[in-house]
Amino acid sequence: MNGLPVVSLRGIVTRFGSNLVHDGLDLDIVVGDIVALVGGSGSGKTTLLRHIIGLTRPAGGEVRLFGEGLRDGSIHDRIARQRRFGVLFQQGALFSALSVGENIAFPLKELGVATGAELRDLVALKLAMVEMEPKHAFLMPAELSGGMIKRAALARALALEPELLLLDEPTAGLDPDRSAAFVRLIRSLHRELGLTVVLVTHDVDTLAALATKIAVLADRRIVSLAPLEETLQVDHPFIQRFFLGEHGRNALSRRNRNH
Amino acid sequence: MGDRRPGALPAVLVVSGGEVRLTGDWTLGALSEVLTRVRLALAAAPAAARWDFGAVERLDSFGATLLWHAWGARWPDVIGIAEHQQRVIQRVEASAGRLVPRTSRFGAIDAVVLLGGALLQFRTHAVAFVALFGQILLDVVHLLRHPREWPLLEISANVHKVGVKAMPVTALVGFLIGVVLSYLSALQLKIFGADIFIVNILGLGIIRELGPVLVSVLVAGRSGSAMTAQLGVMRVTEEIDALAAMGISRTLRLVLPKVLALTLAMPLLVLWTSSVALLGGWVSAWVELDLSLGFFIETLPTVVPIANLYIGLSKGAVFGFLIALIACHFGLRVRPNTESLSVNTTASVVSAITMVILVDAVFAIATRSIGVPT
Ligand SMILES: Nc1ncnc2c1ncn2[C@@H]1O[C@H](COP(=O)(O)OP(=O)(O)OP(=O)(O)O)[C@@H](O)[C@H]1O
Ligand SMILES: [Mg+2]
Repeated sequence: MNGLPVVSLRGIVTRFGSNLVHDGLDLDIVVGDIVALVGGSGSGKTTLLRHIIGLTRPAGGEVRLFGEGLRDGSIHDRIARQRRFGVLFQQGALFSALSVGENIAFPLKELGVATGAELRDLVALKLAMVEMEPKHAFLMPAELSGGMIKRAALARALALEPELLLLDEPTAGLDPDRSAAFVRLIRSLHRELGLTVVLVTHDVDTLAALATKIAVLADRRIVSLAPLEETLQVDHPFIQRFFLGEHGRNALSRRNRNH
Repeated sequence: MGDRRPGALPAVLVVSGGEVRLTGDWTLGALSEVLTRVRLALAAAPAAARWDFGAVERLDSFGATLLWHAWGARWPDVIGIAEHQQRVIQRVEASAGRLVPRTSRFGAIDAVVLLGGALLQFRTHAVAFVALFGQILLDVVHLLRHPREWPLLEISANVHKVGVKAMPVTALVGFLIGVVLSYLSALQLKIFGADIFIVNILGLGIIRELGPVLVSVLVAGRSGSAMTAQLGVMRVTEEIDALAAMGISRTLRLVLPKVLALTLAMPLLVLWTSSVALLGGWVSAWVELDLSLGFFIETLPTVVPIANLYIGLSKGAVFGFLIALIACHFGLRVRPNTESLSVNTTASVVSAITMVILVDAVFAIATRSIGVPT
């Protein structure tokens, strides 16, 4: 893969009232990266994802997506740009009035490219990708378990075959088996389509298995963006606690055994 | 458009003899711009063709689904396909046709089922409504035994919300209705020279009938819908479950304060609105018939028996109770989705207004011999 930046953040400043969340934050994510964004709870990871998507606007700094400014071009260009990424929200954000199948088919229907039979097969395929049964397509979001909501939302995020996937805590609420399946799914998508992935996670297992780079959000900026081994060398109290605490050490030793 | 997407090649398919050669990106992004052309070309491809994937750059599940459907859901002769591309198509193959749509055709039996469902639905509503009513009574009994548990703070907050804050809008509407009613009546009365009967008409009409009904309609739209929406969102966000898990009665904490507050606030609102409406009526009568305020106020008690005021106020209390109870009933029935929220909010307002008018008719019959000057 070449080093084309998919997401590039420059000098991001975010402020909620007197609460300064980001202060001059820089981050570059290139094509084919799987970047795990880690940071303490409330450190502003979700907020950063919302900036990248363009749902919120930072108080200062610049967000560029696929090499273009977020608000560049005509409304047409902007919509086209939005169809190039898929998002998994922290709470799933499925449309509660639509069934799971309709949720997944919704973005494709909006695009108006697929026939009815193709839509059905695509929905079945996306469901299979996230290890759900075709019959789950008829359930309403309120009838799903927490982990199923995550997976259905992931299936919807995959509906438009995005080049960039933004995932907010995709494995929170999944059992270890499903987490492993998720890791396999993202890996195969990455291999087959050269997908770029940004995932927020607190799960060292997932992160160790998946991420090509780790972005550490602490002290209101990205203090390190590097592969796992290099990140472990960085001398920062958060990194030390996150990876080299008891839980992190266990996860890392599991990983080394598997390799 | 291809220039906006660096590296994206248009999907192309070339038919030569018995061979179909695919090139470029077979991805949703690349295909959606040339889809009609590609579909036509796929349909025109010979059935027994050999498919050459040698020059396909990228293939995603949309492209694979498109091909799979063009192939009639079976593998043709394929050459030059990369392993991971083959896997993409195999994934499509594995799940294709597994999602069977649920056909729904509307027949005569469905119509009967629908009708029966609606009737049964009505029954469940009635049962649940009575149950809620009973629960409220039990709560009141409980509170009478344990006076320290009265949710006074919630009640007073609700009185403020449904009563005090509703005063401007009810006053405005009441004043205007008073003006219009008085103006139209005055026109007629002038013809008969029966000017002073304007006081009787306004007094009886507004205090006994119009005031309570007008306020009820406004309050049902304003506070009833708000109560339903609030309880409904609390259902959606599982806040009501959280309350239950803490062992806190939802009727005691959420429903009772609303019902009591509206039952208390409504008579006061009726009094307020009726007064303002009478004032509006007098303004109109003064302009049209040159009736003085002193005369208006003096005559009012002599031509409108005081029983009418009591009837108006008790109507207010009953209507308030019903509106709040109906609002809470529908609020608690909201299922955790946005559609159900909107359905129940609408149902709450419509049922409350209908109920108020029904009960008003019952009142009219029951009190037909009280307070009407003969
Ligand atoms: N809409 C908002 N208004 C005010 N403050 C906000 C808002 N959204 C987020 N914040 C604040 O911004 C900070 C970062 O929030 P954010 O949701 O980005 O955290 P996070 O890193 O995703 O945390 P977690 O890991 O717990 O999900 C928090 O202190 C939060 O209180
Ligand atoms: Mg978050």
